[in-house]
This record gives sequence, C-alpha cells and structure tokens, in this order.
Amino acid sequence: MKVRVLVSLKPGVLDPQGRAVHHALEGLGFAGVQDVRIGRTIELDLADDTNDEAIDRMCRQLLANLVIEDYSFERLGDGESA
Amino acid sequence: MGFRAAVITFPGSNCDRDMAVAIEKVSGTAPLRLWHGDSELPDGLDLIALPGGFSYGDYLRSGAMAARSPIMQSVVSAADKGVPVLGVCNGFQVLTEAGLLPGALMRNAGQNFICRTVPLSVENNQSLFTGAYDSGEVIRIPVAHHDGNYFADDDTLDRLENEGRVALRYAEPCNGSRNDIAGILNRTGKVLGMMPHPERAIEPELGSNDGRKLFESVVGALVGA
Repeated sequence: MKVRVLVSLKPGVLDPQGRAVHHALEGLGFAGVQDVRIGRTIELDLADDTNDEAIDRMCRQLLANLVIEDYSFERLGDGESA
Repeated sequence: MGFRAAVITFPGSNCDRDMAVAIEKVSGTAPLRLWHGDSELPDGLDLIALPGGFSYGDYLRSGAMAARSPIMQSVVSAADKGVPVLGVCNGFQVLTEAGLLPGALMRNAGQNFICRTVPLSVENNQSLFTGAYDSGEVIRIPVAHHDGNYFADDDTLDRLENEGRVALRYAEPCNGSRNDIAGILNRTGKVLGMMPHPERAIEPELGSNDGRKLFESVVGALVGA
C-alpha cells in the first residue's frame, strides 16, 4: 500500500526558500504569483494492514517537525503512481 | 579523576575532534569518544558534547536523524537526570530535534551558508556555560552553518526571554534568527545549544580565544574552583 505524506511549513513560519522561488518566478515574467511555499512529499510503501494511527505516529515522531511543520497523508489507490 | 566528558560522533559529524581537543585543553582530561550506535553512556559524566557537522547528511532535516539514533535516547535520559549537555551547531539542531531544547533551526534567511566570525553578546552570564563571561560582554566566535535561523513561536520566545534562557545573541543580524538568538538554555540551565563554534576559538592562533571561557565556565563550575 502506497501512502503519500505531505509536509508543509506552518502558516506564519517564514519560508525563505519559497520567497526566493517567488522572486525567481517573477523574474521569469510570470505575473500574478501571490505567494510560494515549499514543502516536501514523502512516499511510503507500507504493509496493507498499517492503520492511520501508525502512519500518524510516523509523521509526528520523525517525518514532520511539529514546531514548524504541518503534515497530511493520503492512501494511494492501486495503479496510482506514488 | 578529572573532568569526565563525552563527545558523541555521528556519521557526518566533523567538529568532534575540535570539540575533544578544546575540552582536553581546558580541562586537562581527554573526553571519552562515543559513536552514534553506542546505546549506553557511562555514569558520572560531567558533560556530554554534541559536535558540529552534517550528521546523516542533514537528511530529512538537520539533526533529525541523529536525534533518533540509539545514543540520543541515552543522552535524553542523562539530561533528564541533570547531566550537562552542550550542543554546538549541528549539535544544537540535534538538541531541538530531540526535544531537549524548544524551537527549530531553519534555513538561513538569506539562503546562503554563512561562514565567518560574528560578534555575540553574552545575555546571561549566570549559567553553567557562561559564568566566566561578563554580562553583556561581546565576544567573537565563528559560525559555519546553513540552517541556523532560530524559530520558535511567540509564547516560547517570551518564555525564553523572561526566564533568562537566551544565553547568547548575535550582536548584529546574522541568519534571520528570531530575536537574533544564537544560543539557548533549557529550563534547568544545564543544556545549552548554540550555533557559533566556541571550540574553534580557544586560542589566539585560531583568530580568537573568546570561546575558551565557555569551556572554562563548565569545567570550573563542575570541578570546583
């Protein structure tokens, strides 16, 4: 079973990397970019009987730093590329 | 016997030798060298030092993997029992990731790796680690980091400031850290995390010996004046 974890910076936490990319997009002539926030996706291949609670603990204990980051996860259906 | 310190080396640590040399020069006793896979710390340690470097290649987040290594479980329980812990640079990142210090160290605001000597003001000279400095003294110590931008939420910052737990502050803007925080103490004052490298400033030949007093503070306080 594939699970996709999305880790993003909490609202209010400055994202210097996102800001630099924002400037770069503007520099390339893309108008109307309001904001850029950069996060990461983590793909897990887990035993089929892994429950949400276990995935949640993986996120809390290691995959996300809850001081600065939020996380969410979704189970991917068969055939969907992770 | 003399001062009993341990320096922990993780895969990717690169200031562990400097740390060991600094401790030996000041205390007269070579520290134990422990490896990340060791799970036990000896009893009766006077200091545990987590050195700078790029443990585990900074995978996931700086310090994140090291904070979950076997030895860190022992460091956390030793710290809970009151054993002093000093984390420098990557060591500071490991301490925040392990939950021994609040907040997090993010990418420098300017995106660049910063490698230069910076002025720091000693904000609290009553701690185990800063007792040999004068209050408000400005010292010069090198920084060398990409992820030194200290972040904590407003409540945590207020608590750190009100409880005198900001030990060191950049005397000029450095990396975007909130309140220009360079080093913080835990609630008991026995755990210090700092981004600047005191072990790289222990004799004039290195460009500064302003870091020496930090080690003298700990050694003096624990061995007894």
